[in-house]
Amino acid sequence: MSDVVEKTLTALPSLLSLDSQPGSAKLSSTSKLGNLIRGITELTSKHEEEKLIQQELASIKEQVSSPNTSMRQMKELMVRAIYCEMLGYEASFSYIHAIKLAQQGTALEKRVGYLAVSLFLNESHELLLLLVNTVLKDLQSTNLIEVCMALTVVSQMFPKDMIPAILPLVEEKLNHPKEIIRRKAVLALYKFYLIAPNQVQHIHNKFRKALCDKDPGVMTASLHIYAQMIQEKPEGYKDLAASFVAILKQVVGGKLPMDFNYHSVPAPWLQIQLLRILSLLGKNDQRYTSEIMYEVLDESLRRAEMNHNITYAILYECVKCIYTIHPKSDLLEKAAKCIGNFVLSPKINLKYLGLKALTYVVQQDPKLALQHQMTIIECLDHPDLIIKRETLELLFRITNAQNVTVIVEKMLDFLRISEDDYTTIDLVGKVAELAEKYPSECWFIETMNTVFSVGGDMMQPDIPNSFLKLLSEGFDSVEEDKKLRLFAVDSYVSLLQGEPDKLPQRFLQVISWVLGEYSYLKEELQPAAVLRLLAKLLDTKNTSSETKSWILMAMTKLCDGEAGVSVAQEVSETYSSSLDTVLRQRAHELQYLSQNPELRSKVLPRDAGLEVDSSLSFLDGFVSEALAAGAAPYKPPHQRQEELAQAKALSLEPYGLSLPISMSSCSIADRQSPTLLSISSGLSGDSTDLSLKGGSTTLKLDGVKRVWGKEGYLAQREPLEEAAAQVEVPSPLRSPSQTGEADNSHSQTPIPIPTPEPEQEKQQLASSLFVGLSSHSSVSLMGKSEPTPQRFRRKAKSPSSSLDASERISNSLVSSTSTVDNLLCDNLLDTSELAVPSPSLTSQLSQSLTTANGSFDVQLTESDVKGSSPTLVRDNGVAVPLSGLSHSEITPLCSDQSLDLSVCHVQKEEYLALVSCVCDSAVQELRSLGVAVCQYSLTVKRPSVHVEVVGMVSYQLPVGTHQSVQFSHKLPLTSFIRPLTVSTEEYGKMWLDFTNDTKQNLSLISDGQESLTATLNVLKKKLQLHVVEIIGVEGIVACRLHQDQPCLMHCRVHAGTLAVWLRSPVPDLPDCLIYHCQRALQEH
Amino acid sequence: MQFMLLFSRQGKLRLQKWYVPLCDKEKKKITRELVQTVLARKPKMCSFLEWRDLKIVYKRYASLYFCCAIEDQDNELITLEIIHRYVELLDKYFGSVCELDIIFNFEKAYFILDEFLLGGEAQETSKKNVLKAIEQADLLQEVSWSQIWSLSPLVFSRTRPAEPRHEYFTVPVY
Repeated sequence: MSDVVEKTLTALPSLLSLDSQPGSAKLSSTSKLGNLIRGITELTSKHEEEKLIQQELASIKEQVSSPNTSMRQMKELMVRAIYCEMLGYEASFSYIHAIKLAQQGTALEKRVGYLAVSLFLNESHELLLLLVNTVLKDLQSTNLIEVCMALTVVSQMFPKDMIPAILPLVEEKLNHPKEIIRRKAVLALYKFYLIAPNQVQHIHNKFRKALCDKDPGVMTASLHIYAQMIQEKPEGYKDLAASFVAILKQVVGGKLPMDFNYHSVPAPWLQIQLLRILSLLGKNDQRYTSEIMYEVLDESLRRAEMNHNITYAILYECVKCIYTIHPKSDLLEKAAKCIGNFVLSPKINLKYLGLKALTYVVQQDPKLALQHQMTIIECLDHPDLIIKRETLELLFRITNAQNVTVIVEKMLDFLRISEDDYTTIDLVGKVAELAEKYPSECWFIETMNTVFSVGGDMMQPDIPNSFLKLLSEGFDSVEEDKKLRLFAVDSYVSLLQGEPDKLPQRFLQVISWVLGEYSYLKEELQPAAVLRLLAKLLDTKNTSSETKSWILMAMTKLCDGEAGVSVAQEVSETYSSSLDTVLRQRAHELQYLSQNPELRSKVLPRDAGLEVDSSLSFLDGFVSEALAAGAAPYKPPHQRQEELAQAKALSLEPYGLSLPISMSSCSIADRQSPTLLSISSGLSGDSTDLSLKGGSTTLKLDGVKRVWGKEGYLAQREPLEEAAAQVEVPSPLRSPSQTGEADNSHSQTPIPIPTPEPEQEKQQLASSLFVGLSSHSSVSLMGKSEPTPQRFRRKAKSPSSSLDASERISNSLVSSTSTVDNLLCDNLLDTSELAVPSPSLTSQLSQSLTTANGSFDVQLTESDVKGSSPTLVRDNGVAVPLSGLSHSEITPLCSDQSLDLSVCHVQKEEYLALVSCVCDSAVQELRSLGVAVCQYSLTVKRPSVHVEVVGMVSYQLPVGTHQSVQFSHKLPLTSFIRPLTVSTEEYGKMWLDFTNDTKQNLSLISDGQESLTATLNVLKKKLQLHVVEIIGVEGIVACRLHQDQPCLMHCRVHAGTLAVWLRSPVPDLPDCLIYHCQRALQEH
Repeated sequence: MQFMLLFSRQGKLRLQKWYVPLCDKEKKKITRELVQTVLARKPKMCSFLEWRDLKIVYKRYASLYFCCAIEDQDNELITLEIIHRYVELLDKYFGSVCELDIIFNFEKAYFILDEFLLGGEAQETSKKNVLKAIEQADLLQEVSWSQIWSLSPLVFSRTRPAEPRHEYFTVPVY
């Protein structure tokens, strides 16, 4: 742009040069804005300011709407309006005038107009639509400055839907001779990519051109787009790693023009952006991509030696990158040294970053924390809360069974002084997580008590839930469970005897549940005494009605004996006339059950766990009786609503039932919803709610034990398991603090022994904090192996997970080398380009598959290994057999040193064949391939949006070591969908029979007359649906899941959208299908 | 970057630039809370803050606080240098910039910011290029200023010292 500027500059008198600008600044201070600002400074009260601004706004309003106001005056008015808005006063009347100014003003006024627009409006503001034309005009302007302004405003905000209108013009600007225009165009495209990625998909090659631009500014701008794209899909850009490394090398080597230097560091922003991109590319990398980065990272570390913030910024990014990519020992060493320098720095900002870096790497390298333990201890007492907070974050990452008490104590100390809600919520969650991970009776309960009272009602609701779950499920030892519960009861009783009205509601709910469930464990405690405590709580003013219902539930469990019953009666009388229906309901239950101990012991059995039959199968008898007596069948709420709407208006929907439906019977059915059930156990309420929210029309039954049968409560065969648990003798465990002292000797303390008193304290603290991290003991981070046997271990979620395990079909497909050979030979005969493999591994190769989501989603049928796979193609070095049918792309699943596993699915008529190929990558390097092919047929039992197949390949190397690789593969439901060919008459008949339905509006893919056909064709192509007939604005479509599970779809174009109604006899299928339709249309 | 705020030691907002769409109410709430939090901090404290799920990076130059909100994975130190580079740009443009320059010419401060950061990302890190772009656009502006100038002659030197709060930035030199 320089030549334009220079020409104009020389043409203008010298007073217009840069020097005059301070002059112009002063000039404006006597303008009207200046007067306003001065006026405000002279005021003393907020009230006066408000009055003045209101006056000002009124005068601005009057002037902007006057037809005689010139654009120049308008500009001045806009500046004042911006100022008023900045002070917090609304000036929305001026928005439209800002747009007008941008539209009609000359370049100078336009600039202010655009600025005002960008400050006043945000992306979603409707007035922004009026700006589109202006932008369009300015983009085509011959005045470069106008083009710049337009591009600047576009990169800040632009209505998403209008992008196509200006996209070609912006794209065109990528080839503009001026670098500033190219740069702004790239940034505009970056903005588009962020708000509507699919709109700019077709110009990816142009991004690449921008990356190669000769101007470093344009190249830097393009990196923003690449960073974003790489973050979303790193594997797609691995090939660019070498280019990024080359650019970084040049930057670090000082090849850029001097004016990109910042405090004599070459282009630090660019360096940091490149380092970030490299770490994204090298994350979870198998060495190859990372290898090319090592040299330049080393150089970056070496060059950044100056003592200035900017070099530290680069170093920090380097360290992060080194720890993210595939590790290299000497780089790690240097990076560790760097972190050390940060942590030890007297500059507080660097110290903070050092702690942050330490937190980031400590899971890989726990010894690093050990080296700096004294510094960490100092930071723990730092006056700046931010440093303290970050230190706690670090400690949280190095917690193990031995230091947990000390660390949790530190966290609780912080919580007590923290005033920031956000921090409190976060930290409370972390403490709860740690406490649950390393529970030991009284400490656990005490810690959780603090968590509940400090966290109050702000904390995540899952904390009390999981605490109660943990308490009720128990650990391995029955004895310990009892102690734990007893301790909880003890501490809660004493809390209630104190000042319970100060406790948060959530905590009160927990207390009442625990008391209701476990106070019988304490024999000397009379239930009536507990009841009285609870009743007192009920009368407290602050107790919320939700808490009250928890309390009433607890009382229902407790009302034993005469004294108890009388308290219960009293309470239930008070609340049975409550306005709150839930409370009233609970009170009635309490009343009824307290008078009928026999029924109560059946309904609320002691120590029965928390299983619930959410299928409500125990109501089957009741339902069938009601049906026999002529009641209408249950209908899901949306269906009822629909019918209600139909009753009010003319039925415009096709195939609608014209039978009148009695609404009253429906609503009775609705009363049987699981909310009633949640009374019996406090926790189940949440879980059923969740499953309902899941959007499915049926209740989820995965992993739910059948506890309630038609005869009532079904006794569980638990004893066997418990007996087994009892056999395990708990090993004697020292308390964590004792352990800490005992381990003193081997935790490294850097300072010699004779130290002053406070130092010694710190060292003691250090040894208790860093115990278990010392170098000689095996690394014991959270989740990894614990050196000391833990007394409390969470019980495996036996029923559901073991089911899963038994589902695991271990089908050894390729059982011997000869099979592999045969198979390969069969396959390879046709393709001569592949050498005959020499399988060097595979003496034993077996695969097992199971399904991951839901327990019964996919049925696996083992099919012939040497099935129909006549051809073999070579695809990126992975050989895959294909049958003649349509097949998906070959997806690599997983690999290790000697094995690559890829998968592809073939859509057969009745099922989906999953073909997985195992190839021997060790051999592959020698340009010959060892391939084994396994084939499975999959069918779906219960539809879900995606089906995940997980499995394991285990094999034996010739040397004899067993290896296994786990993999998982996700398939969309659409892979199982096939077209269903029916006539319109058959369709109409089927429509009336199907009960499960769903409705939704989808977007049409194009406007105009043919939009319905076009949209349906897209669906037909992408989802394999069968279009039965299209009449006018309506179309009917049919498909099936396997042979016998049809789904019908009725589409109608209505008000620019496609109203879709799906019906099927299979629950969930319509919901899943609508999801895929939506996706298909969005992707189109 | 999510947003940038400039406010005075008295808590008066001097400049605000939002790179994420938020409603006015939310903006006001954030501004109020942040100004309070930052002003409460002592001078020797860390320049970084964890605030809600954001990182706040702030720096004080004379009477003015510059405050940026970034995401967790962003580099705090480089953000600090972004602030510094912006101050350098203002300093160069206004010639020894002070808070008053920004108060009375806030639209120019916005123009410089837009030329330096676009959509929350550093657009141009070469100081020369940023100033060049501003000059170029200003040139047109100046013509119009000069027109006003001829209409109403001004004595600016008198008005300026009259301001009660007049502090020059001390731009640290490394």
